[in-house]
Amino acid sequence: MQHNFMLDVKNLYCERDERVLFENLSFSIGKGEVLQIEGQNGSGKTTLLRILSGLSDAFTGQLYWQQQHIDEVLEDFFQSLLYIGHLAGVKAALTAEENLAWMMKLAPHLNKLSLAQALEKVGLFGFEDVPCYTLSAGQQRRVGLARLYLSSAPLWILDEPFTALDKQGVTEKEALIAQHVHNGGMVILTTHHNLAIPNKTVRSINLDTGEVG
Amino acid sequence: MNFFFAAVQRDLRVAFRHRNEIINPLAFFLMVAVLFPLGVNPEAKFLTQVAPGVIWVAALLASLLSVDGIFRTDYEDGSLEQMLISPQSLGVLVLAKVLTHWLISGFLLALLSPLLAMMLFLPSSGLFALVVSLLLGTPTLSLIGAIGAALTVGLRKGGVLISLLVLPLYIPVLIFGAGTVQAGAMGMPITGYLALLAAVLLVSTMVAPFAIVAALKISVRG
Repeated sequence: MQHNFMLDVKNLYCERDERVLFENLSFSIGKGEVLQIEGQNGSGKTTLLRILSGLSDAFTGQLYWQQQHIDEVLEDFFQSLLYIGHLAGVKAALTAEENLAWMMKLAPHLNKLSLAQALEKVGLFGFEDVPCYTLSAGQQRRVGLARLYLSSAPLWILDEPFTALDKQGVTEKEALIAQHVHNGGMVILTTHHNLAIPNKTVRSINLDTGEVG
Repeated sequence: MNFFFAAVQRDLRVAFRHRNEIINPLAFFLMVAVLFPLGVNPEAKFLTQVAPGVIWVAALLASLLSVDGIFRTDYEDGSLEQMLISPQSLGVLVLAKVLTHWLISGFLLALLSPLLAMMLFLPSSGLFALVVSLLLGTPTLSLIGAIGAALTVGLRKGGVLISLLVLPLYIPVLIFGAGTVQAGAMGMPITGYLALLAAVLLVSTMVAPFAIVAALKISVRG
């Protein structure tokens, strides 16, 4: 049976320090959809994204990936997932090139472009040989976000992807997200930026009110 | 296999760019041998007797000194998260990290140990036993230490806790290791001791990766 929904979330409940972050949270995301998680600082946006990425066990509720319980298809799920947290996983002692080479080894779905092409795309051509701690915060962020150009994974989970980027960088990444969903990909993200994707409505979940749009 | 070597290569690269973290444990190791005779008794007759124990204790503590760092930076910069959600085997990755830690701690300590043996008047008949026992014993220390490091990586001050968790498990290695050198120095056969050290190493190589992977998941997923 062909089903449109890829990731189903049912009755999610999570509390931290005896404060309920969200309860009875249920939603689904299907091919070609963008889902923006909204809420104040500390409302649990990052926590929710970590739960969805399989990086947190501090919740009750069920997650289904293609109609199957996520624990049963974990390896398949990880093959299909690109997660970029606000810690980008960029090693400061390594150069941009070494960092990307390692990321590509670690995540085989990062295979769309060659390493050199990805570096050029994120505007780090000429900086590939210097350790990342000598780069600016925005440039380091770009190293992490180079994965967006490389990834063929259908599901992208991005935590504040536009932090520290310049205007042009933001526009480029927005275009990438738009291209990804137009090709049938899925994006779940948090951002304080007003995301505009041509010909697509950005669905949203507000963690303060519990509204699912 | 390809992935294993890529992981070792990456960690070695990172280690060589933080050279003081390699040098610190080695300097500690050397300093014990320099200071111990000054503080206790510089007589050759006395030092000959205690050398096996002192060198092994110093090696053990030097290895412990650096074990906290195995997962620390990966945790802090988000690399560890990416490792946990990688389709690649976490067990293989963990073994690669332990091997790297051993290469820059235990392996170098074993290479340096003949120098300490001379400073502490260890009979030359014990030299072979010392180097071989360190080569066989310190990988076990890295494996066990990595379990402690994985359990405490999410805590801000895990350093002291690691020692408490890990030191009791280090004790058999210390006893067999120092015993090997003692026996070698007295000209007695050491194969029995070496077999014990090898057995401990084999068992920990099989068991520790599972424990480390489980501990990492607990630390990251909370």
